[in-house]
Amino acid sequence: MASLISQSGTKDTKQATPIRLLWPTWVVIGFFLLLPVLMMAVYSFLTKEFRGGVIWEFSTAAYEQFFVTRGLFGDEPAQIEWTYIAIFWRSLWQAGLATIVCLIVGFPTAWFIATRPADSRGIWLFLITIPYWVNLLIRTISLKFLIRDNGPMNDVLMSFGVIDSPLSLVNTNTAVLLGLFYSYLPFMVLPIYAAVERYNFSLSEAASDLYASRWVTLHEIVLPIVKPGIVAGCILVFVPSLGAFLAPDLLGGAKTFMIGSLIEEQFKGTQGNWPFGAAVAMILMTLVMIALLFYAHAASKGGKE
Amino acid sequence: MGIAIDIEGVTKRFGSFTALNDVSLAINDNEFFTLLGPSGCGKTTLLRMIAGFEGTSEGEIRLFGENIAKLDPNLRPVNTVFQQYALFPHMSVIDNVAFGLKMKGIDHVARRKRAGEMLDMVHLVPFADRMPNQLSGGQQQRVALARALAPTPKVLLLDEPLSALDLKLRQAMRVELKTLQQDTGITFIFVTHDQEEALTMSDRIAVMSAGRVQQIGTSRDIYEAPQNRFVADFIGETNLLAVLVEDVSGGVARLTLPGGHLIQCPASGIGAGKHHLSIRPERLGFVVGEGDLTVTVERVIYLGTDLQVITRLDNGEALNVRMQNAARVAVPEPGARVALKLEEGAARLLAD
Repeated sequence: MASLISQSGTKDTKQATPIRLLWPTWVVIGFFLLLPVLMMAVYSFLTKEFRGGVIWEFSTAAYEQFFVTRGLFGDEPAQIEWTYIAIFWRSLWQAGLATIVCLIVGFPTAWFIATRPADSRGIWLFLITIPYWVNLLIRTISLKFLIRDNGPMNDVLMSFGVIDSPLSLVNTNTAVLLGLFYSYLPFMVLPIYAAVERYNFSLSEAASDLYASRWVTLHEIVLPIVKPGIVAGCILVFVPSLGAFLAPDLLGGAKTFMIGSLIEEQFKGTQGNWPFGAAVAMILMTLVMIALLFYAHAASKGGKE
Repeated sequence: MGIAIDIEGVTKRFGSFTALNDVSLAINDNEFFTLLGPSGCGKTTLLRMIAGFEGTSEGEIRLFGENIAKLDPNLRPVNTVFQQYALFPHMSVIDNVAFGLKMKGIDHVARRKRAGEMLDMVHLVPFADRMPNQLSGGQQQRVALARALAPTPKVLLLDEPLSALDLKLRQAMRVELKTLQQDTGITFIFVTHDQEEALTMSDRIAVMSAGRVQQIGTSRDIYEAPQNRFVADFIGETNLLAVLVEDVSGGVARLTLPGGHLIQCPASGIGAGKHHLSIRPERLGFVVGEGDLTVTVERVIYLGTDLQVITRLDNGEALNVRMQNAARVAVPEPGARVALKLEEGAARLLAD
């Protein structure tokens, strides 16, 4: 997204902007973003208090709990703890799948909107945002009602004879995937739309004039040029999907436990473990940072000017 | 000399608007052919139909005898130089030029070699590894030209390629384009609204207006023997005078000029009655004594190489006269009444 914005602004305006205009931003980011992250980093190295909260005593127990197991009573030789790594792996997989599905649905949607006459594009974009006027929790619960065994979706599919017996979707990975897809689709559509809208369609004509078929034109010309929009969309879907807890909590079951739910659990009620929750969050953040660095690298390579 | 492009009865409708109305024309092999007309006349639509970006509503487009009207653009052996060049921004100059060759399945080594030759032809070898946005407008335009010529098309289509360049560059490119066309032997179809561009480069010109071809001919034909008022008015400057034709016999019309003087003028397909006479400003001369027309000088405008004299007939119609800015000519003073003589063959009678 950052690169999208910087591309549309000219270099001149960027240089002309006095740095002091950024002060409000720095205050807000510093107080509400950097400080909490710093607190989280500190908490992850403290000792847990049994009713929730922390004791101010340095400890790496939280990280050890994540990576290492010494058996049920803590007296066996240290081994790699797979439980949480498996949750991470499953979350990465789910978020990745959600991103791919969003891309498959979002790209044609964005393309469609961007190729409408200029005055009707606003209406299409507006339609995309309408579901977001309703709270995410409400939307996720209604999705659950829609897809449950004797819900409207199964009724419709059965009345058309597509299926013979109801699909059991609730509490499956598919339901979680559907929830993530539904929650984050606009974050895929909007940046791709912005990129496609700027695309010069005479380039496609030039390619077909030079003997490229439709598919080759898409692959060789369109995709490389709108790539920054696609990558931005993928990040905007992948990152929140990775940390999502509403969709897995409400639509999934025990087998679909994801990182977001794991972290949430550590801070809920008296059963929690604040340092461990903080440590998991730090590990997640590190993963996301790596993904973003990868993006920045890819974007600077693709968008050289 | 064979026919490269044969357009027969082509009509193009966009909804209720008819962009091209029953257009037929034949373009010879190895010809520099120009489609000339004001914006909205259908010239670009016709070019885009030859390229395959627009379909035909009716009619046939034949390329060396083969009807290509229904083929997709990527299956037509013609290439286009686009108005805004449409260079691929994510590819280097040499990759842009080699793109068509790559699509034709030519191997890496051979296409690099050919693309290099093309860049050499347009004097851009040192820029091979630059990105398009690092080039000036004139350089981008030459890349577009090299890219379109690299796959050796049977016909090259040029859509107002010089319109984005400044005057000096445009004039230089005219010469370069003409030379390129003669050297490569490829048929060029050039679209422009700039008559000077059309007159200087073309072997033949089709003047278009309102979706129809008004006249096809060499630069000289079009300028000196316009077939209707649109062509006479659109190409160059002209004076259109309302005249009364007394009678026509043996292809010669006798007509009365405003002021009463009688002259003779070749006429074809024209009967007696009211018509218009087209007289080029540079083919009128001031004379001492008896002339064909008597006018009052209104203003003299200095144009450098020429002087433009705006005069008025006794009936109030304006008449423009061009005279060379030479030391020996006497420049008429504003307000003076002077006689004008028509050069031999200067007047052209056009049907109303």
